[in-house]
Amino acid sequence: MKLSRRRRQRIVRVAGYIVFALVIAGALGAADWGRLSEAFFRLDVARSMFPEAITVALRNTIVYTLLAFVFGLTLGLILALMRLSSILPYRWVATAYIELFRGLPALLVLFMVGYGVPLAFPDREIPGGVYGSVTVGLGLTAAAYMAETIRAGIQAVPKGQLEAARTLGMSHVRAMISIVLPQAFRIVIPPLTNEIILLTKDTSLVYVLGVTPATIELTKFAGDALNTRVNPTPLVVAGLLYLVITLPLSQVVRALERRASRER
Amino acid sequence: MSELSTIEIAGLHKSFGALEVLRGIDLAVEPGEVVCVIGPSGSGKSTLLRCVNLLEEPSSGTIHVAGVDVTDPDCDIDAVRRRIGMVFQQFNLFGHLTVRENVTIAQRRVLKRGRAEAARIATENLERVGLVDKAAAYPAQLSGGQQQRAAIARALAMDPELMLFDEPTSALDPELVGEVLAVMRGLAAEGMTMLVVTHEMAFAREVASRVVFMDGGVIVEQGPPEQVFGAPREARTREFLHRVLEPTRVSEAEIRGDDV
Repeated sequence: MKLSRRRRQRIVRVAGYIVFALVIAGALGAADWGRLSEAFFRLDVARSMFPEAITVALRNTIVYTLLAFVFGLTLGLILALMRLSSILPYRWVATAYIELFRGLPALLVLFMVGYGVPLAFPDREIPGGVYGSVTVGLGLTAAAYMAETIRAGIQAVPKGQLEAARTLGMSHVRAMISIVLPQAFRIVIPPLTNEIILLTKDTSLVYVLGVTPATIELTKFAGDALNTRVNPTPLVVAGLLYLVITLPLSQVVRALERRASRER
Repeated sequence: MSELSTIEIAGLHKSFGALEVLRGIDLAVEPGEVVCVIGPSGSGKSTLLRCVNLLEEPSSGTIHVAGVDVTDPDCDIDAVRRRIGMVFQQFNLFGHLTVRENVTIAQRRVLKRGRAEAARIATENLERVGLVDKAAAYPAQLSGGQQQRAAIARALAMDPELMLFDEPTSALDPELVGEVLAVMRGLAAEGMTMLVVTHEMAFAREVASRVVFMDGGVIVEQGPPEQVFGAPREARTREFLHRVLEPTRVSEAEIRGDDV
């Protein structure tokens, strides 16, 4: 018997739904619900983590993220401008920096800033204690990525914008500040927001610097709770708190990208 | 130089790599003149215009603007550019600023005019191009013709002594060309010195005090519009005008390069 195209499509679709339902039902049936909720959803364990989970751990995660982001953004902007400079050594330095720090694991850089540099220069120290080390340690890597993003944004501003500004008598620097950079940043807001999301997750590396109860962040906080309560529920709580930061940010990125596609 | 010409170009050459775009241009524009530059694409018209305010660096030759040698490496080019308005084919309005901000930003940042004065001058110039009611709009919300008129207002707000127009209507839908030409005609009538690269032959014929025909990086012919359009001396000028003014009468033999 020959099936019409429409019949064939319908059969394939129905079969797809059936397979999906069977797999889900199988997984639900096979799961040991008592054991699962006992391990991951112990309300008393979760409750014992508050309010410190928010007032200390979540707060520090956000603070580390913002500090590293501001540091990385500033350095990234400088690197992007150097990368586009007409002066060759500036371009060399910026390119070398970007290639180096994009190629190194963030954890290695953090170790270097947290332990390597203090060992080499015992008489100096990075101001701000753990906060300072995190800012630099995570920001150095973030700057490399952001420099490339900002450079692309500057290059995406049509050349005519700079020409029009110069024609009106603006100096190159004035034209960059008043005309090119504001438009470049509009273009790179979505990728920069993605960078904040990546940084948020990278703050979980901070524990290697040996944090105190006051400077603890979400992952280390959850790890400690896991040890003392011998129960993995804290990991679920920490995961949910990360999502509290990152999900709204990805919504912002999506909204900005929708708006950008409408405008131009 | 007898009296001070607004533009005085002598022996101008410009190459992009191996490609020689301008091959010896001599041209003077006197105060109050409207000079229209016509010619086929790739003839160097736009490059010539862009050399006047040094958007392109000449390879050799000199350009004086109101007596200042802009090709002198020690010349303060930003100061010279303040006196030269320029209008681009692609408008180049600042996309992140409103129309009013487009017209005020250089007044404020370059001429250091106060907020109130800059706003007043912006309003005057937006009135002149018929866009006061669009002052709060962003460029993306305007038609091409409106954007180009706003760009003219932006240039005029700097009180230029000279206006350069680089194919100002070439990116416009046909029905929007007229409103931009009307503004330019008004400027010419007020005595503004203008150097205009254009494909609008009717405009050149009507408004220009002089028409310059360029081809292959040189000035082939120049003179009053009646002469260049009515009785062109050079064969290349005649062929160009024939192709532009009578496009439906170009024969297949011509485009094959046969003898006409």
